[in-house]
Amino acid sequence: MKDAFGTPQSLLVLGGTSEIALATARRLIARRTRTVWLAGRPSPALETAAAGLRALGAEVRTVAFDALDPCAHEEKLGKVFAEGDIDMVLLAFGVLGDQARDEEQPLSAVRIAQTNYTGAVSAGLVCAKALQGQGHGSLVVLSSVAGERARRANFIYGSSKAGLDAFAQGLGDALHGTGVHVMVVRPGFVRSKMTAGLPEAPLATTPEAVATAIETGLRRRSEVVWVPGELRAVMAALRHLPRPLFRRLPV
Amino acid sequence: MPVDTAPVEVTGWGRTAPTTAARLVRPRSYEEVADAVLDCAADGARGGIARGLGRAYGDAAQNAGGCVLDMTGLDRVRTIDARAGVVVCDAGVSLHRLMEVLLPLGWFVPVTPGTRYVTVGGAIGADIHGKNHHGSGSFSRHVVSLDLLTSDGEVRTAPSGTDLFDATAGGMGLTGVILSATVRLLPVETSLMSVDTERATDLDDLMARLTATDHRYRYSVAWIDLLARGAAMGRSVLTRGDHAPLDALPARARREPLAFRPGRLPAAPGFVPEGLLGRGSVGLFNALWYHRAPRARRTGEIQKLSTFFHPLDGVPHWNRVYGRGGFVQYQFVVGYGQEEALRRIVGRISGRGCPSFLAVLKRFGDGDPGWLSFPVPGWTLALDIPAGLAGLDGFLDGLDEEVVAAGGRVYLAKDSRLRPDLLAAMYPRLADFRALRAEIDPRGVFTSDLSRRLSL
Repeated sequence: MKDAFGTPQSLLVLGGTSEIALATARRLIARRTRTVWLAGRPSPALETAAAGLRALGAEVRTVAFDALDPCAHEEKLGKVFAEGDIDMVLLAFGVLGDQARDEEQPLSAVRIAQTNYTGAVSAGLVCAKALQGQGHGSLVVLSSVAGERARRANFIYGSSKAGLDAFAQGLGDALHGTGVHVMVVRPGFVRSKMTAGLPEAPLATTPEAVATAIETGLRRRSEVVWVPGELRAVMAALRHLPRPLFRRLPV
Repeated sequence: MPVDTAPVEVTGWGRTAPTTAARLVRPRSYEEVADAVLDCAADGARGGIARGLGRAYGDAAQNAGGCVLDMTGLDRVRTIDARAGVVVCDAGVSLHRLMEVLLPLGWFVPVTPGTRYVTVGGAIGADIHGKNHHGSGSFSRHVVSLDLLTSDGEVRTAPSGTDLFDATAGGMGLTGVILSATVRLLPVETSLMSVDTERATDLDDLMARLTATDHRYRYSVAWIDLLARGAAMGRSVLTRGDHAPLDALPARARREPLAFRPGRLPAAPGFVPEGLLGRGSVGLFNALWYHRAPRARRTGEIQKLSTFFHPLDGVPHWNRVYGRGGFVQYQFVVGYGQEEALRRIVGRISGRGCPSFLAVLKRFGDGDPGWLSFPVPGWTLALDIPAGLAGLDGFLDGLDEEVVAAGGRVYLAKDSRLRPDLLAAMYPRLADFRALRAEIDPRGVFTSDLSRRLSL
């Protein structure tokens, strides 16, 4: 169960090697979290991530999960929920892709959409149903500022996050009053292996900062969290910028 | 049976950690309770828990995804023996109702907490205490016997002194549903209180005054200004008293000495902005409250029962003033001889500037027989803090460690955030409790968010 401050005792991470997710898990383990499930494609990286969290004192288990195989989601995730209540699900998987290449190769663009959006719709709905049955729990969805307004430099990734963001918001409304809390997290540019080598955007942040914002959001039962918080105002302005102007921005 | 089949969101009085029960059942007879419990048992893992008037601060009376039995429909006062002072009543009867019925007959409830709006079942389940614990013990000390509906649908009578009784008193509703209880009452001549008020300049002064004179009063409590620092740390107002004898009443009041007319103010509004109770506003309130009390002792002041015992009951929904984020109440006890730990904890709280305007200190008398009953002989401090205060979770964890190191414990009826691994150190009879529960409720039909969170 979550305590009065919204800190979960059990956590399920979808996308178990995500740096943001692992930073969040470390933060929560330092508080109350004792049981962690890391769901992801079986890999040495997943096992390393599990071992890292185990060293902090949590009971960590891994479960094979592939965002691109939605047919298996119900079965794989159902097993996790059958083992006991999950207080928080962190939907953290996603791929950035390579815009130039993806524009050339529609199939690799589709893969991004399938991972970031389709896979999340499937896994999100499976988890939402299980959480609803429990009558409690948080579903935290890692969206991105890129989904707020698609820009030339990464609109394939951005559009997939836009879809995910809209889905998560709608799911949050659908689950209102069921005891399940859906929180959309919109980080800006996060310095991580996903963005390694990319030019850094203004207001760049770190996985640890996102983790802190998630913990605060859980305590406040927030529905949308921007990281850093200033991005909320920045994106509100950018969102309403006329397109001819937006196009010319060096973003 | 009146069943609300739509899922219902439930929280404790502190309004933190809301969860949704799949069903809320409101039984009106013992048979309906039995049916509901058997339904819960057939339902599977999510189980059920009895709920009274929802005054437990944390998650003791909520059950995410399962069934919640609202017991307030079971509200019959069955028999009153006005000569011997014994009442038999359903578990859903509130102490408020008992007072309405019993005071005109010259009897009072043996123990009352800071609110009248708790049910008898809840009073036993949390084994509540009041300002008279140093002399009278907890509520269940005055319960002769109770009828408990267990997970098999059977009704078991548990007289005080039996294992089942001791597991149920303070057992947070996890041994079964209390259906009714036989309670011994306290004779009173009037419905008014004779109250002495005095100030203590700091914590040491307060402890000295309480230690030296507590035994002279039936009821005793000290309100502490936890925002006062330095030399004023622990400055407080002591209010102590007894039921006023008839001859102490002014002539007008003597005409109706047993009248019970608690006043009621308008309810707190539904929306209160976050952070209303910050350090500034609470500091101001505390300073005013302290200085309002007489510098020298004021003795024999005649007060209404409700003013003395239940000042907050006058404001319905007062818990809303903490805003949407709610609040946590922290109550712990440390034994006599652990005054140094108490000083350290009070120092940490006032040093941090926790905006708490409801902070009370009192002395507990002998421990109670309930296995998970909270009181042990010692000092108990209770405070309310807005849950949104940054870093509060870690801060309270730190206090827990001080409490455990001093051999103390926190109160489960008020808890919403304890680290589960500290529980066994706080409650040495936890293993007995778990064993008895495993025996009479092997499938864990009685389950609450509290029991899940702390693995009770």
